[in-house]
Amino acid sequence: MSSAAEVMEGERKRDIRTRWLLSAPALLAILLAAVGPLFIVLVYSFLAPGPYGDVVRKFSTDAWVSVFLERDIFDDTISLADAHVSIFLRSLRLSLITTVLTLLIGFPTAYFISTRSEKTRELWLFLITIPFWTNLLIRTFAILEVIRNEGLINTLMIEAGFIDKPMQLLFTDGAILIGMVYVYLPLMVLPLYASMEKLDFRLVEAGYDLYATPSRVLRKIIIPLVKPGMIAGSILVFIPSLGAYVTPSILGGGKNLMLGNLIELQFGQGRNWPLGSALSITLMIIVMAALLAYVRNASKTGAGHG
Amino acid sequence: MAGKSAIDIRGVSKVFGSGDQAFAAVDNTTVSIRENEFFTLLGPSGCGKTTLLRLIAGFEFPTSGEILLYGDNIAAMPPFKRPINTVFQSYALFPHMTVAENIGFGLTMLGKPKAEIDKRVSEMLKLVKMEALAGRKTSQISGGQQQRVALARALAPQPKVLLLDEPLSALDYKLRKDMQIELKRLQAETGITFIFVTHDQEEALTMSDRIAVMSSGKILQVGSPREIYDQPSDRFVADFIGETNFLTGKIKSLAGGAAEVDLSIGGMIKASVAEGIDVSGPVTVVIRPEHAKVTLAKDTGSKAQFTGTMANIVYFGTDTHYHIRLSDGSTFIVREQNKPHEAGGFAEGNAVAVSFPGNAARVLRN
Amino acid sequence: MARQFDIRRQRGFTAIAIACFAALYLPILILIVYAFNSGESLANWEGVSLRWFAKAWSNEQVIDATIRSLKIAATAATFATIAATMAALATTRTEGYRGLTFKYAFINVPLMIPEIVTAVALLIFFARIKEWTGYSGLGYLIVAHTAFCIPFAYLPIRARLENMDLTLERAAADLYATPWKAFRHVTLPLLWPGILAGLMLAFVISLDDVVITNFVKSAGQDTLPTYMLGQIRRSITPEMNAISTVFLLMSIGVVTVFFFVTNKRT
Repeated sequence: MSSAAEVMEGERKRDIRTRWLLSAPALLAILLAAVGPLFIVLVYSFLAPGPYGDVVRKFSTDAWVSVFLERDIFDDTISLADAHVSIFLRSLRLSLITTVLTLLIGFPTAYFISTRSEKTRELWLFLITIPFWTNLLIRTFAILEVIRNEGLINTLMIEAGFIDKPMQLLFTDGAILIGMVYVYLPLMVLPLYASMEKLDFRLVEAGYDLYATPSRVLRKIIIPLVKPGMIAGSILVFIPSLGAYVTPSILGGGKNLMLGNLIELQFGQGRNWPLGSALSITLMIIVMAALLAYVRNASKTGAGHG
Repeated sequence: MAGKSAIDIRGVSKVFGSGDQAFAAVDNTTVSIRENEFFTLLGPSGCGKTTLLRLIAGFEFPTSGEILLYGDNIAAMPPFKRPINTVFQSYALFPHMTVAENIGFGLTMLGKPKAEIDKRVSEMLKLVKMEALAGRKTSQISGGQQQRVALARALAPQPKVLLLDEPLSALDYKLRKDMQIELKRLQAETGITFIFVTHDQEEALTMSDRIAVMSSGKILQVGSPREIYDQPSDRFVADFIGETNFLTGKIKSLAGGAAEVDLSIGGMIKASVAEGIDVSGPVTVVIRPEHAKVTLAKDTGSKAQFTGTMANIVYFGTDTHYHIRLSDGSTFIVREQNKPHEAGGFAEGNAVAVSFPGNAARVLRN
Repeated sequence: MARQFDIRRQRGFTAIAIACFAALYLPILILIVYAFNSGESLANWEGVSLRWFAKAWSNEQVIDATIRSLKIAATAATFATIAATMAALATTRTEGYRGLTFKYAFINVPLMIPEIVTAVALLIFFARIKEWTGYSGLGYLIVAHTAFCIPFAYLPIRARLENMDLTLERAAADLYATPWKAFRHVTLPLLWPGILAGLMLAFVISLDDVVITNFVKSAGQDTLPTYMLGQIRRSITPEMNAISTVFLLMSIGVVTVFFFVTNKRT
């Protein structure tokens, strides 16, 4: 005869087992096609490249070495792999600028949406969501159309007489920046909006009651309270932009490479799968570091959300 | 009692919506609030008292009329320029700041030097007895403590006028009673004009120097607690404050402030008269339950004003309410304080008579 | 008379927001407009015409790629939604047990890994499997898409589940329903809008994917986005605009339905 406590314990165990069974397909799928393969990448980064791509079963740390260093073929000296380093720096630089720009533009936009009336708010949310669902490729293509030599900007500037011949906007770092900001903006606005929607405007009233001017209310009350949204949005923009490859490929041409392009190269013409693997792992490490910083910050502000 | 006027409200209206959905939350209101007084806006939900408060604070802008602060028209001034502070109903404490930072916020915004701010903050902490919790985040203190921080925060910048928007409504009974005494004491000590909003008439009566009773956007009567209670000007005020009996009748004669009224239930009574009544039509007379006495009909002489039947006897510990059915079917309540170890001597169904002194009845404005 | 003081107003914010919306839509609108250009070049406007739409319609590769996209999206979205629904049921409405946070984090992991890293990993992984089994059909793409669609399907389902009233299922149990019956007759119907929302999200995400698909596909297995990527890198004609326009309309259609489903007051 089992006691009530034992029966409950048995129930609970059964419940937990059912839950594990239920979540199995999802966990398996993700293990198989997202997490698991990462380990193979790690393994590959320690192998030697094959003649036609792929790898040969030979242990080598060449790949990791050549991530940062290169050997001069003439005098065998080891120096910093300038090409690689400049690509890392460009990627970091462009990603950071993209994050900052999307924050500067996205903050007022999210604020605007969250201060509309109930009815119109739905409409504005709908409007900001559509670009989010539009294919990355199409959006990049649209920007291409606008900034190319025969595109909208140049045509307007020439017609208005500001310039005589078209400005070379395409295939520059600037083009990549414009493209990434355009593509990732909705990803910044949505988490910002989620945070702002929960903002208690009575606190804003209290601020005004206590002699704070509008800009001080913004700095000392609104921003601290929507910080979780700002951080979430920054992460959602920084991480993908760091590994971006479609946008820089189309808008940057072959010369302004970002990390994503460099990696792709190794699996294409470069035929250096181990190097590509090592570079991918490097990218993962930078991303993990950023995420860790986020988690640490989130738990500091007291369980993050709200 | 005549002091300088701190806040002057002149013909202020606030209309929300437009067209046929327009409604006036505050309707052509005029009132003067004197400096150093504890002034209460009293009324049921939706009467406009909070809107009026927000107009004074600067969060609403009047549709018409003027609001003067010591003679200056502040209606167009944004809230952060008005030397008026608010204790919000929800407290609105900044969750990302400590108790001390909250209290010092107004002074920080005004650009006061740090030394002065620190000094003032510790003064305030002592005033509301919260010194021990200065470094706590406001989400970690109890409701009663939050209320005191909200108060300290609003008092710290030494405003000319302090607005309190139902600040005690979230507190439990005992805490509320204690805070009522606290607030009264603070107002007397600091000398700041307090404008207090509440729907609790008992609270208003105990704390205020003067009360303005509001309904549907209008101020019906302004006066001291005693004036409001003893001499209500109209039916709403009489009904809202305390318990009241209503009788109808016609005025037989009128001399000075006193009238003789023929009651519709029979009998004639003397009553005092409110200003501005229409003597020709039917009038309403109010009598407070505690001002009347009930006796068995057979024991009363001709001194009783009218008679009825004892319908219900309700025992309240401190006193007993006698519900008496009158000749027209309506109920008249008499309240008598219980004497020790003495039962009332009445039973339901008794024929009883009601009597009251001549100054207990009052004719209301229609 | 001065303006009413609005506590919500911040200087310049509305202007920036409106400009932002305009800037977001302008390039897309131009793209669509030029799809109707009867001229050859993207620069010169030569009158309205539908020729590029016709050209795209008759382009075998385009049709082929589109059908493949739709097949993969439909399959992957369905699998992902089923897995996500089960996972959502497993991870919500419980006081927490060992492994709960782990599961929750794991399900969201695909969102944390940059797409290119996943793409590279799958390329390598599937290359090995291709060697062993010789299979080179759509299976790899479907598995890959299913995996990264799961977190997207998971979110709305979980949200809906969390907002559901537990007492309804208790009432069902009180009225003799077994757990399975309670699920079928009470939980599932109430959860259905969330599941539909998840399905649509997963569908669009799969349809839109470029990076992972580009790496994982074998020769001749173009989806619409990878076909377009190839074309854009090579030569651009207004045919691209036409294809993009149709693609856009599809996405907008799905999003609109998604909005209706999630905002219906049940």
